[in-house]
Amino acid sequence: MARVRVEGVRKTFGKVIALRDISLTVEDGEFYVLLGPSGCGKTTLLRCIAGLERVDRGRIFIGEREVTGLPPRHRNIAMVFQSYAVFPHMKVYDNIAFGLRMRRIPEMEARRRVARVAAMLQIEDLLDRYPAQLSGGQRQRVAVARALVMQPDVLLMDEPLSNLDALLRLHARAELKRLHQETGMTIIYVTHDQVEAMSLGDRIAVMREGEIVQVDTPMRIYEAPATVFVGSFIGNPPMNFLHGVVEEGKDGWFFALEGHRLPLPPLREVSPGQSLLLGIRAENIRVDERPHAEALPAEVMVVEPLGAQWLITARIGEQFIKLTLPPGRPVAPGQTLWLSFPIEAVRWMDARSGQAIRELAPAASGSGKAGDSRG
Amino acid sequence: MGKGKAPEWLLPLALLMPAALFLTLFIAIPSVQALWLAFQTPGGSWSLEPFRRMVTDTRFLPALRNTILLIALIIPIQLVMALTMALIAQSRRRGAGFFLYLYAIPLAISELAAGLVWLAIFTERGYLNVILRGLGWIERPIVFLSYERPLGILLAVVVAEVWRATAIVMVTLVAGLQMILGEYWEAAEVFGANLLQKIRYVVLPLLRPSLQAALIIRTLFAFQTFAVVVALGGGVLPVLASEAYTWYVGANNPHVAAAYSLVILALSAVATGFYLYVLRVRPEEMGR
Amino acid sequence: MKGRAWIGSALWYMGAIALALWVLAPIYLIGLLAFSPRMAVYRWPRPLLPLEFSLETMRFFVSATGTLAATRNSVVVALLTMMLSLALGAPAGYALARFLFPGREAVRMGILMTRMFPMAILSIPLAVTFIRIGLYDTPWAVALVHTAMALPFVILITASVFVSIPRDLEEAAMTLGCSPLSAFLRISLPLALPGLAAAALFTFVISWNEVFAAAILTLRQRTLPALVITVLNESPLYFRFAGGFFMVAPALVILLIIRRFLFNLWGITSR
Repeated sequence: MARVRVEGVRKTFGKVIALRDISLTVEDGEFYVLLGPSGCGKTTLLRCIAGLERVDRGRIFIGEREVTGLPPRHRNIAMVFQSYAVFPHMKVYDNIAFGLRMRRIPEMEARRRVARVAAMLQIEDLLDRYPAQLSGGQRQRVAVARALVMQPDVLLMDEPLSNLDALLRLHARAELKRLHQETGMTIIYVTHDQVEAMSLGDRIAVMREGEIVQVDTPMRIYEAPATVFVGSFIGNPPMNFLHGVVEEGKDGWFFALEGHRLPLPPLREVSPGQSLLLGIRAENIRVDERPHAEALPAEVMVVEPLGAQWLITARIGEQFIKLTLPPGRPVAPGQTLWLSFPIEAVRWMDARSGQAIRELAPAASGSGKAGDSRG
Repeated sequence: MGKGKAPEWLLPLALLMPAALFLTLFIAIPSVQALWLAFQTPGGSWSLEPFRRMVTDTRFLPALRNTILLIALIIPIQLVMALTMALIAQSRRRGAGFFLYLYAIPLAISELAAGLVWLAIFTERGYLNVILRGLGWIERPIVFLSYERPLGILLAVVVAEVWRATAIVMVTLVAGLQMILGEYWEAAEVFGANLLQKIRYVVLPLLRPSLQAALIIRTLFAFQTFAVVVALGGGVLPVLASEAYTWYVGANNPHVAAAYSLVILALSAVATGFYLYVLRVRPEEMGR
Repeated sequence: MKGRAWIGSALWYMGAIALALWVLAPIYLIGLLAFSPRMAVYRWPRPLLPLEFSLETMRFFVSATGTLAATRNSVVVALLTMMLSLALGAPAGYALARFLFPGREAVRMGILMTRMFPMAILSIPLAVTFIRIGLYDTPWAVALVHTAMALPFVILITASVFVSIPRDLEEAAMTLGCSPLSAFLRISLPLALPGLAAAALFTFVISWNEVFAAAILTLRQRTLPALVITVLNESPLYFRFAGGFFMVAPALVILLIIRRFLFNLWGITSR
């Protein structure tokens, strides 16, 4: 096991820049998730770390060893592929033992190691079967076993759950988390599924268009997105962003939103006339049936009863907002709700750049660590 | 979705019928006729005479030997070259697609034309001698193709056929390789296999269906090798197909010619069965 | 470690180029001979570069007795083969691609099996039959045998062409008011046309190149390969080389036209 360091890695395919000078550090034993929409470069980055793609420039270290120019087989990594790539012409046992044989590990020891991972993944009974005789979930376990048995410095996973159906995926996710806790292995995990990223990752690196936008713990990413993109990519429903302008009043600056005035905390680099976005998560919005000070009227447009909670789409002036309510509260389209935004739950963004704006007051719980990759 | 009601299968049947009738008329019936011809005398009575004449002919055994020898020499070389070409053409390096097209060019070239192309190289004053002289290795031209040295002709035929027909094998393998070269190849790479190990443990076993198809089609065609042998060797090097041709055109004896064609058919069937058996793939080994 | 990747690249390109030369050099050399003066064939040593361009050799070949007539016959035979195989093969291919019916796999196997039958076993008995019914020594005789040879390929190719066109498109057309026939004519056929055209050209090449049946089934109405192989032993070297080039050239042009379909076509015929 080892830490992984990527320094200024760039990769282009023809004229398309897939990775723009990416740098990151994965700590020893960390479960590190690369998250982003399709085409953001997350799989390319993983493949560069694996050695399946050659980088145009930049350096990659695994442990203290530079591996930039090495082929995959000399990097001491293992990988779980999206389609699993379990060899169809080999039995499960031979699949798992494949890497050990390539390393000329004695058959006795190989057998012991295969038996151990097979037990860990509960596939002991399948060792004598061909992959075609397995279910999707079983094949996925074989792919994981084949990687674990190598005891690699780092385990790379490329959307390993995306080919499973919803129920199985839930199960396999918990299983992966348990495996990581048991083995303490360094894992780099690629996914486009934010729920997977949140549930598995020690840290998440959110990627977009070949760049890392934010690296943080799942909860920090959820609560304090560094950009509008991160806020709307993570969370279901996505973070609300309400558009308004900074205006100057008698007792200081305020935020003008659809003809209403909201108090503005002291923010850095903000001046009157600037367009801002007020970012707030649906569950953090306070909802009242009756008007009160600082509350904005919103007209209910759509009510979606989702079981554990109701998802409401409402309108403030020309802007739409999503909020959640506990079930059973009488809400109907056309009704007016009074919304207020607890100031500590609001994330302010610059409307032009889409970047979060830092607050001046040191009291506000340490926002500002936007990610170690930017700048 | 078809449900098996009468009109449902009537249409496909009607669409298939013309082709089926044609193939029956021009493949099935002639094959039966060939059987008839081979067991009749020119007079029309039943007899083993055509077979007796074929087997006792001094050129029969050499023809059989040469045909099999050609197959044994040509096909392994083609397999190795075709696999190399296919791997080159399917790699992700720049220009791979261009090479794929170049390697496929001989697909359009006939056996006869290929024979004449290589005749231009192997004749006494041909390009091979020109090049050897240019390298300073020889002073006077070497005679490669002569009546005294059938082995020279045989090797020339091997070269010409490898040149012409490797493309057919390659194209068949390319189709199969496309499936393997993605994640299976990469998985083998990640788990420590070097180039030869990847080919040995992953590509070749997974390629078995394509290899089988390529070997069958190549062997079937190789049993019919004819024009290239004529072009390079005149009549010096007999093969089964050229003997069938000579008996029909030269000796005007369709009976012995039919006997020869039955020998080719029998060998083809045996070879096909052999490949199907040796390279058989259990279904559970191939599914994803 | 950069050095290692560089060596790999260099080896790859060296191998790739060596194989490309192996394929291309002989074609260059026959072209070189075809466009040299006749007597260049007998010169020692013969030049490797196109130093003396001349149409003399090609002109001699083209004006030789029978060449033009044989070329015309070859074209006629190839066109007949093309039309016959397409007319018979495309419907069969469509049926295999679009319908589930009992015995479909058996039909498929049957089509594949026909490949086992050598040219000799078809043409020798057919020559006997054709003599009897007066079809011998006509372009039709050769075209019929060539069609028998090409038909299985055409069926499999057209089947794969139609399989690649989603059934949904036809069904969508039918929900929008098309009859099955008009859905086929307006949707599937136009989409299949490039593939079918490539299949047709492929058949043309098969027929243009075939020599055994053509030589057996004709006497005066020779096709080009049949003519060349029958006069081979009596003709001068430069005639043979010019003939070789003359037969290669059109096939190369056709290959260039259908290169986009190349791998589907040949790939599928061997499955």
